[in-house]
Amino acid sequence: MSAGIALFSGNHLHLSEVDFMEKELRISEHPVLDFSPGDKVQFWFEGEPVTGYLGEPVAAALHAAGIRVLRYSRRLHRPRGFYCAIGNCSECLVEIDGEPNVRSCITPLAEGMRIRRQAGEGRAIADS
Amino acid sequence: MLTAEIIVVGAGPAGLSAAAEASHWNAGVTVFDRDATPGGQLVKQTHRFFGSRAQRAGTRGIDIIRILLDEIGERENARIVSGADVVSRYDDGVLGIAKAGHWFKAKPERLILATGAAEKTLAFPGSDLPGVYGAGAVQTLMNVHGVRPGQHVLMVGAGNIGLIVAYQLIQAGVEVVGVVEASERIGGYWVHASKIRRLKIPIFTRHTILQARGKESVEGAIIAEVGGDWAPIESTRRELSCDAICLAVGLSPLVDLMWQSGCSMSWISELGGYVPARDPSMGSDVDGVYVAGDAAGIEEASAAMMEGRIAGLSAAHSLGKVSDEQFGLRAEEIGRELANLRSGPTGEVVRRGLSKLERAPRNSQVLVEGGDSRC
Ligand SMILES: Cc1cc2nc3c(=O)[nH]c(=O)nc-3n(C[C@H](O)[C@H](O)[C@H](O)COP(=O)(O)OP(=O)(O)OC[C@H]3O[C@@H](n4cnc5c(N)ncnc54)[C@H](O)[C@@H]3O)c2cc1C
Ligand code: FES
Repeated sequence: MSAGIALFSGNHLHLSEVDFMEKELRISEHPVLDFSPGDKVQFWFEGEPVTGYLGEPVAAALHAAGIRVLRYSRRLHRPRGFYCAIGNCSECLVEIDGEPNVRSCITPLAEGMRIRRQAGEGRAIADS
Repeated sequence: MLTAEIIVVGAGPAGLSAAAEASHWNAGVTVFDRDATPGGQLVKQTHRFFGSRAQRAGTRGIDIIRILLDEIGERENARIVSGADVVSRYDDGVLGIAKAGHWFKAKPERLILATGAAEKTLAFPGSDLPGVYGAGAVQTLMNVHGVRPGQHVLMVGAGNIGLIVAYQLIQAGVEVVGVVEASERIGGYWVHASKIRRLKIPIFTRHTILQARGKESVEGAIIAEVGGDWAPIESTRRELSCDAICLAVGLSPLVDLMWQSGCSMSWISELGGYVPARDPSMGSDVDGVYVAGDAAGIEEASAAMMEGRIAGLSAAHSLGKVSDEQFGLRAEEIGRELANLRSGPTGEVVRRGLSKLERAPRNSQVLVEGGDSRC
């Protein structure tokens, strides 16, 4: 028997619009874990102020703020976000304080960081 | 240049066990890990472990790491350097290491590579959209940093990792809209599957994902049933609405430093991809280079810890820190536990992989079996 099918009737299942930010993405209560974030800090993303916690990965701070597009691909300019979150795949490259090709998933957040989406290979540091 | 009797690359369960064992025999050990905190994959694991009882099957992954760190922390001859990415190994055995924007060199007398694994991915239209995440990434975001990957998540893959992460998503207050699995049966243990079933989460066996829908990020997923030939059946296409898709489709060994070191590498699909040749002491076929854990072939944490112990013991023995007699006794003890762990039906795939590896050609970096890339 195909277990999946048995549980379903119609072809389309509760197909409502999902709202990524409908609920706070930060976990406040958890049955097993206790999160004690660092101090709140302000940083900049594409010129806009964003808050996050000191020392958490830049990608996590952006994600919690509802920002998932971190860069655009080189040839087809497709939006990209993080994939592995441990520094293996380079999907999460952003520009931080003028430096391109920074892996946001393993870079700790600091106060006042200026972060930009990276387009393609990113501008060379000397240009910025 | 920094020198050390033993350098371990990777502070996961394998690397930490290697350091604990080698330092127990009074070898000087330095462990480098590129992460900000030691622990490897285990720091994300909030569930109680499967594996052998002697290897702490009832303990949560995060607590196993604490035990290992305590053991190492007591010793002056061992230290762990976090935030240090080992990026190269040269022919003369010198390592290039990047830490906090600086680059430095180190030369160990013995090197233990315990770099763990990288997550595999699947190719389908939209698989590059933001919101398609690896299972390990979801765990990291959620269990380490306390951030939900989305509000409604589709899980792809019903092996142990897929099932465990699905359950952890629910614990974190996320809706899991379904678990998709191409095989007829669930690959993971029934304990994990029944937890998911009890929560009435649909498990779509014999299904696959055809597409991730969305413009700038994931807004839905299209799935379909697969037929006997594994081809999707068009009439069964359905769309699920979700804002994230989690891929739990396996791991492959992270072996860059082994290629660089000139280890004989073979493609063994049972072990997750390219793996280094190794002897029973976890020595590779390059002098002074040892391997352990997922980097030597995908298994699980208990096996990684035992392999780490063996590698640490062997490296210390080759440095003259352990007498032949002590070495023989201890190696046999750990070897027996490891064989025990692999003896059951769940160890069947690994046993097959290891026996293929034994027969694979040496002294060459060749592609065995035509290299099915299976990403
Ligand atoms: C979601 C998930 C659930 C799991 N659940 C279980 C379970 O219930 N039971 C079980 O037994 N196993 C489980 N596992 C598997 C288990 O976590 C792994 O088998 C185990 O962690 C492997 O240990 P390791 O030390 O070989 O590698 P890892 O834990 O991956 O550690 C490798 C370390 O090496 C570091 N590193 C890599 N390259 C470099 C470099 N060049 N320089 C410096 N550092 C580097 C990494 O930062 C990392 O810390 C699970 C895995 C996942 C992903
Ligand atoms: S997400 Fe893979 S390197 Fe950052």
